[in-house]
Parts: sequence; structure tokens; C-alpha cells
Amino acid sequence: MSDTSNVQSWIDQTVKGNDVVLFMKGTRDAPQCGFSDRVRRILNHFGVPYKDINVLEDMSVREGVKAYTNWPTIPQLYVKGEFIGGADIIMEMYQSGELEQHLREKGIEFSPAMA
Amino acid sequence: MQIENRIRQKLLDAFSPITLEVRNESHKHAGHAGMKGLPATGETHFDIVIISDAFKDCSRVARHRMINSVLADELAGGVHALSIRAKTPDESAG
Repeated sequence: MSDTSNVQSWIDQTVKGNDVVLFMKGTRDAPQCGFSDRVRRILNHFGVPYKDINVLEDMSVREGVKAYTNWPTIPQLYVKGEFIGGADIIMEMYQSGELEQHLREKGIEFSPAMA
Repeated sequence: MQIENRIRQKLLDAFSPITLEVRNESHKHAGHAGMKGLPATGETHFDIVIISDAFKDCSRVARHRMINSVLADELAGGVHALSIRAKTPDESAG
């Protein structure tokens, strides 16, 4: 995937076609960055089903997702097509209870048993 | 210290924060997978805690974008990750 507009439309389809998407370094089973790992752990804690995209596998996606949402870093969490934040924001929202509330408001079904 | 000082100065200028902490956390990330191929400057990862009235009525994402845009040159030139906690004086008191 090297063509810029193809990458952008692929990212767009991915975040809109899946309820929860995490762009991360590494995979959900083998995260390769502490920040990505932090978000992964929070999603696992709640048992939120999500699609993981390993940006280390494709430089055009790694750079493309930064451009897509005007956000310079990975990880990036999307819920129902909307960018929620990176590691710091997800951590803050987790600690304040806002993340769980946001997921429920968006109609995301999750439970620790689904992890 | 060069980049750290520049980050501090730019944030002071842009947001007139009542509290600002900039900590260099680069040593914690040396050699991880995402760092492959990047120069080892010792100034790649920073933790920022900033409390300013400038963030009033701004979402978390908006606050981070404000900071990222002030530090765009640093992010483009070797700074690999910023950890940001941005609050208003009211929020930090609560």
C-alpha cells in the first residue's frame, strides 16, 4: 500500500467499518512499544473486542494514520469511526471512568469474559 | 538538554502555564522496536505535565494537538514521543 490516497481510504474504511480499532506498534498478542501495550491492556481489562492494526508492518499505514487524524504518534484508538486519543488520553479516560462510559454510550458491547 | 530546554521555552511562551514539568524519559525507551533506525540522541521521549488556563473548554485531543503543533519542529526533528498531561488550574485542583 504505497499510494497515499489508497492508504487514506483504507484507513477510513477500517476505522468506520469496525466498532473499535487500535493502531499500534506490534500486535495485541505481541505489543512492541510500552505506549501501545498500555492501551491494549486497558481494552483487555474491559474485554472490549477490537481490531488491531500493526503499523510496524507497513510504513505507509504508520505515516498515513498520523496524517489521517492529524496526530503525530502511535497508538491511536478509534471508536465508531471517531478518534478518541493516544496512550495518555486513554489512560486518563480509563482512570476517570470516562472511557467505560464513552464505550457504553457508543453502544459497544464488552465484558471481561470476552477478553 | 538542548531539545528539553527548547520544549520548555516553547511551552512557556505559548501557554503561560502556572505549572510546567518537562522530564526526559528517553533512557526508558532506548532500543525498543519502534526506535529502530532512529539516531540515539538521548532526547527522544519526554513527559510533559502542563497546567494552563489556555486549555479551558478544550477537549483532551484538542489540548494535545495544541501542544503538538507548538512542538511540531521538535516532533519532526528527532523527538519520537511526548507523554502529555494537560490540565486547567480548576481541574488540577479537583
